[in-house]
Amino acid sequence: MAFQEIKLYQVGTSVVGNRLLDPEHRTAQARMGRSNTLTSGHRACQGCGEALGARYVLDAAMRATGGNMVAVNSTGCLEVFSTPYPESSWQLPWLHSLFGNGPAVAAGVAAALKAKGREDIRVVGQAGDGGTVDIGFGCLSGMFERNDDVLFVCYDNQGYMNTGVQRSSATPPAARTANTKAIGPEAGNVFGQGKNVPRIAMAHEIPYVATATVADLHDLEAKVEKAMTFRGARYLHVLVPCPLGWGANSADTIRVARLAKESGIFPVFEGERGEVTAVSKIRRQVPVEDYLRLQKRYAHLFANGAAGRPDIVARLQEEADRNIARYGLLGGEL
Amino acid sequence: MLRQIEGSQAVATAVQLCRPEVISAYPISPQTHIVEALSDRVRTGELAGCEYLMVESEFGALSACIGSSGAGARSYTATSSQGLLFMAEALFNASGLGLPIVMTVANRAIGAPINIWNDHSDSMSMRDSGWIQLFARSNQEAVELHIQAFRLAETLSVPVMVCMDGFVLTHAFEAVDLPSQEQVDAFLPPFVPQQSLDPRDPVTIGAMVGPEAFAEVKYLMHAKQVAALDEIPRISEDFAATFGRDSGGLVRPYRLDDAETVVVALGSVLGTVEEVVDAMREEGVRFGALAISCFRPWPLEEVREALSGAKRVVVVEKAFAVGAGGIVGQNTRLALSGLPTEVYNVVAGLGGRPITQASLHGLFADVVEARLDPRRLHFLDLDVALVERELARAGQGRRSGPHAENMLRDLGVVASGSV
Amino acid sequence: MFAVRIHGRGGQGAVTAAEMLSVAAFDEGRHAQAFPTFGSERTGAPVVSFCRIDDRPIRLREPISHPDALIVQDPTLLHQVNLFAGLKPDGFLLVNTSRSLADLGIAELAGAFDVRRVATVPATELAREHLGRPLPNAALLGGFAALTGEVSLTAVTKAILDRFAGAVGAGNVKAAEAAFDHVLASAGARAAEVR
Ligand SMILES: Cc1ncc(C[n+]2csc(CCOP(=O)(O)OP(=O)(O)O)c2C)c(N)n1
Ligand code: SF4
Ligand SMILES: [Mg+2]
Repeated sequence: MAFQEIKLYQVGTSVVGNRLLDPEHRTAQARMGRSNTLTSGHRACQGCGEALGARYVLDAAMRATGGNMVAVNSTGCLEVFSTPYPESSWQLPWLHSLFGNGPAVAAGVAAALKAKGREDIRVVGQAGDGGTVDIGFGCLSGMFERNDDVLFVCYDNQGYMNTGVQRSSATPPAARTANTKAIGPEAGNVFGQGKNVPRIAMAHEIPYVATATVADLHDLEAKVEKAMTFRGARYLHVLVPCPLGWGANSADTIRVARLAKESGIFPVFEGERGEVTAVSKIRRQVPVEDYLRLQKRYAHLFANGAAGRPDIVARLQEEADRNIARYGLLGGEL
Repeated sequence: MLRQIEGSQAVATAVQLCRPEVISAYPISPQTHIVEALSDRVRTGELAGCEYLMVESEFGALSACIGSSGAGARSYTATSSQGLLFMAEALFNASGLGLPIVMTVANRAIGAPINIWNDHSDSMSMRDSGWIQLFARSNQEAVELHIQAFRLAETLSVPVMVCMDGFVLTHAFEAVDLPSQEQVDAFLPPFVPQQSLDPRDPVTIGAMVGPEAFAEVKYLMHAKQVAALDEIPRISEDFAATFGRDSGGLVRPYRLDDAETVVVALGSVLGTVEEVVDAMREEGVRFGALAISCFRPWPLEEVREALSGAKRVVVVEKAFAVGAGGIVGQNTRLALSGLPTEVYNVVAGLGGRPITQASLHGLFADVVEARLDPRRLHFLDLDVALVERELARAGQGRRSGPHAENMLRDLGVVASGSV
Repeated sequence: MFAVRIHGRGGQGAVTAAEMLSVAAFDEGRHAQAFPTFGSERTGAPVVSFCRIDDRPIRLREPISHPDALIVQDPTLLHQVNLFAGLKPDGFLLVNTSRSLADLGIAELAGAFDVRRVATVPATELAREHLGRPLPNAALLGGFAALTGEVSLTAVTKAILDRFAGAVGAGNVKAAEAAFDHVLASAGARAAEVR
């Protein structure tokens, strides 16, 4: 097969696993031998970032482990849309127990494999942001501090989507959810709350922590593969836009994710043993407003004719600027 | 080998002999001595091939067992009281998934008021969680029930709870005949899971099931428990053949032939009950006792048969359904429905209050001489005056304060305990 | 059945004493059951433990309210807790003290019991001497063997060594032997008192 020469800048973050690349540079998705771990037929919404993220993460992990892998899933959209009785989209051994115990169940699987001398079989745990940073947080922290041999992946769509888009502690300020509506003096989710679990994970000094988005799937796959080179507890926090919950166009999932990164509102970085080791620089900085305007959950910031809430948009821009400064997201080599 | 040993150490040894592959537990009195001993043995390598997980909560403990059992490893945990409640969601999940986890419950009261001492409120609160519940009368029996529990769990692919009275058994030093590794190996084959997470044969475990099949899945859970009613006696017989010891089974009769009054109870109190039964017999009163060894599944037929000759049944139980009545009592009444037998339901030993021979003797005399109303729920040794004084205080105004602290002040005692 | 109740304070080893006593009795082919009053194990808090010894299996599970013997590990408990509650008139009483019962202000209370069955032993001092630490529990078991004859000194020393290894075991055994001798020696005096 002949390959088309393509410009260097396309090979990096702006290209989604395309088939024009040299096979070596293709994503796991673009390869013939991909494992289709989360196969077609599931019931996710059109343009679901979580489905896309899970597919890339698990196929990359399958490639990294030669298919020797078990997945544990907490309750949430991913679990529900992938196993409508009597069907299952999972083409790997997959166990779902509860909403709040994914990390502990995964730790148990890893312990069983260790006891059996089958540490060649690797374990990936996965959950939404609610299952990771809220109800599963105790189990997650326990899994981290014991340094259990588990890669835990949080698909962060910034809310409890499965139950109808309620606020989680990963929901950003000002975002409208079913229980932080755009009503009252402080419209949408309040400022000054929530937690930063990637940083909390780093505080456990586990071998590897990374954030990623579904906008840069090469980067996401690379991080999964890198994570699988470590033993012990690893954490991957992936921003996965949810068209339904965010009120975004299904066709804009990748774009929204890219703007989250390019505006600095969602910093993409890697850390090892408590230290940040790499950041994904912003390529073409955009104002946070560009990101917000694509999503109806922020519509109240721009409504009421021209007035809207420029003050709140400015506060969100401040948050992005703070990330940019903290992680050094601008300038330098790309 | 016969050894004078603490109950917890004996149970830890029994668990060790069963060759668990994953143990995951969180400390709570009075379960602690068991899991401490097991973690020691994993560390020293005496218990080889086993991973011990120090989890962050009981919820995490049982969740890890769900993962490890799902991955095909023989898995064990232990807890008590608040810890069992903290596991509640995972308990139902483990049984729903049909995972053969074995757990010791060192029975302890549930707060508030917080209380570390023995009763059966914890296990009873989880009686409908889909776990099989076996109750030990002595440490010897606790040891034997654990060995049988693994076999039972793995034969039927159901989780099993072995209930032993906290402190009364867990912390008691008494002689226990501990089996050898060879005996246990002969009785308990290696675990072959019904379902397992295996990359060579990938399965989905824990899928969502809607109205189309949910009832059927639940029905199968029930059917498994019903099957356990046959399996438990079979395992008990096998156990006798291997170990030469008679233990386990569904119910255990004591001097039931010609008994007019039969005491029904669970757990360690049966020793004291048997002493009093003997005393009553010496006085010429025809008493007997029936130990419920297996409370879930409820051995309705066996209980009915054992009690069918009795005129009266006295159920002495260490828990009750607040606002409704006795729990074992209700189950016993169900077993006796249609028979003229009077059932007296007595709640005793709550929060570690000793159940003494003297009190039981008085109770039994009251029953025989018809001084007790069988339609009411009775509380053994209840300090009625104390209750009435507190009710009077409460009646004086809205802000009378917390009952527990008021009553302690009234009694002039201080509660203390390691929690 | 022979029922023993031990009164001490958290940290003095009352529970361990009951357990070792049960091991000693077991070693001599008897049935024994030891258990603590549970919970208040914090250092210094009053602690009670129990041991039943019998020639047939023990089924009873209730605390011992009518002991055949009472061991008081800490005489400061004498005025705080109703120590003698339920002790049978012909029961044994062993008090850890270097003072006399009269000095402790309980001569009258103890007078209710058979003088031949009442003994004091300076177990804390003996422990300090032989073990280097003021832990009276093993020593008291030596005294108990001498006073009651329910278990032999040999069984007691075996039980001690079963529980404590090395120097701690050896020191405890020495203290138990010394307490045994002390109680035996004072038995003569007590017998004389009766006459
Ligand atoms: C103990 C418990 N509480 C609440 C729920 C209901 N529940 C199921 S999924 C879910 C939200 C899931 O949110 P998240 O983890 O972010 O996953 P998403 O659906 O957004 O992907 C909730 C609240 C539950 N299943 N169990
Ligand atoms: S609600 Fe959101 S997360 Fe759930 S399936 Fe739809 S798009 Fe995906
Ligand atoms: Mg979510």
